[in-house]
Amino acid sequence: MRTLVELESAIPAATTADHLLAISEEVLEHWIVARGGVPTDDTREGFRLLALHRQGAKGDPSFNACRETSREIAYHYNLITMQSEATETTDRLEMMKMISNHLCLFISGKMQVAGLGDFCCSAKPIRLTPEIEAPTRKEA
Amino acid sequence: MTTNDKYKKVAYYPGCALEGTGHAYNRSTKAIGKALGLDLVEVENWNCCGAMEVKNVDPKLQTYLSSRVMSVAANEMDMDVVMAPCNGCYHNLKKAEYDLNNDPESVEVVNRLSSKAGHKTYEAGQVETIHALDWIKDAIGEDGLKERVKNSLSGIKIANYYGCMYTRPRHIFPEKDAGPGSESTSKPHFMDDLLAAAGAENVDFPLKTACCGGAHTMSDCDTSTKLVLNILKTARLAGAEVIATECPTCHSGLEMHQIRAEKVLGEKVEMKILYFTQLLGMALGLKPRKVGVHENISDSIRFLKDKGLA
Repeated sequence: MRTLVELESAIPAATTADHLLAISEEVLEHWIVARGGVPTDDTREGFRLLALHRQGAKGDPSFNACRETSREIAYHYNLITMQSEATETTDRLEMMKMISNHLCLFISGKMQVAGLGDFCCSAKPIRLTPEIEAPTRKEA
Repeated sequence: MTTNDKYKKVAYYPGCALEGTGHAYNRSTKAIGKALGLDLVEVENWNCCGAMEVKNVDPKLQTYLSSRVMSVAANEMDMDVVMAPCNGCYHNLKKAEYDLNNDPESVEVVNRLSSKAGHKTYEAGQVETIHALDWIKDAIGEDGLKERVKNSLSGIKIANYYGCMYTRPRHIFPEKDAGPGSESTSKPHFMDDLLAAAGAENVDFPLKTACCGGAHTMSDCDTSTKLVLNILKTARLAGAEVIATECPTCHSGLEMHQIRAEKVLGEKVEMKILYFTQLLGMALGLKPRKVGVHENISDSIRFLKDKGLA
């Protein structure tokens, strides 16, 4: 599995909706794996991406902050693949890149503050973590 | 579309942000209320809704704090409707209402703390909490707004940004997704409807409810800057000149990180950021200063002059 940084850099170079969809799925897989899950191969409304989002949101309502972002990726995928001859296809692909990038950034941020917050990402400083870990390292 | 008289006089809960960084939102909300003949009666001696800070430490204390605001409105002011323009306050009052309807432990805590504080306990259902968007949409409606427009927003391309707390979590907003005329939690449209009634051209903006990183602006500033930059660039790609906001946290975040993105990431995105109440106020003929445009961080005056609004 590519790192989130690698996935973020792969987005601008993607040339098809399939590439972007695959990157977005891989982004969500990161979240699921980090929480000890096995990413599902199921689909929802025809998209594995939406099934992965649903799996990632289980027990973490704040994850729904990327629900519509995931749905917009699926929507743009449909626009591009079902109307591939449309004159707007290039613009739609560019827009799908922006939305995929947002999902990647959101998950990157969420991974950093994982386990904090209620319905949103929390205001608790992530810098607390090293301070808490510091004495443990000393004791070791 | 029929309008609802019960929204013509509401208890106004500005919340802490509107007395600080969101002052322009406070000013413009009051200004359009006056211009539209709507009566805003500020909740007496209101307190913080609990925001994210209290909610993270003790969610039930946040429920109590929000319930006290509703208790004052209902029991001391005899009001039926509380209007909260801040997405955070609106969300927290709705969450408190939900908790008091569904969680006996929350009811017990609210009873105990209300008694200790010496005020009447708020009981679920005593007031209806609405957002500023509901207020204009239901008290005036699009047709009523069209009749009152003096300076059309025509020629202004707007990306409407609702933020994440206006629609999430869905279960605390039972009036949304309730069929024709109601707000949608997946594709909210009330701000689009109102600004379109004032003549604006809304662009198709796919990140209208996406996260702006507002809640971890202090703890993980770089991620917030990247998220905001992506929102700004997406709005520009969608063809927008302005992002309209309805939340002081989102608004401040967009403005501050727009500047920070230029400094830290070297990326400048020309995008005006205005509260929807400022845009509506100018459409109603109010001067930019009357709706607090000078209190925004970003300078929009030249743009507004070019568009005939200043």
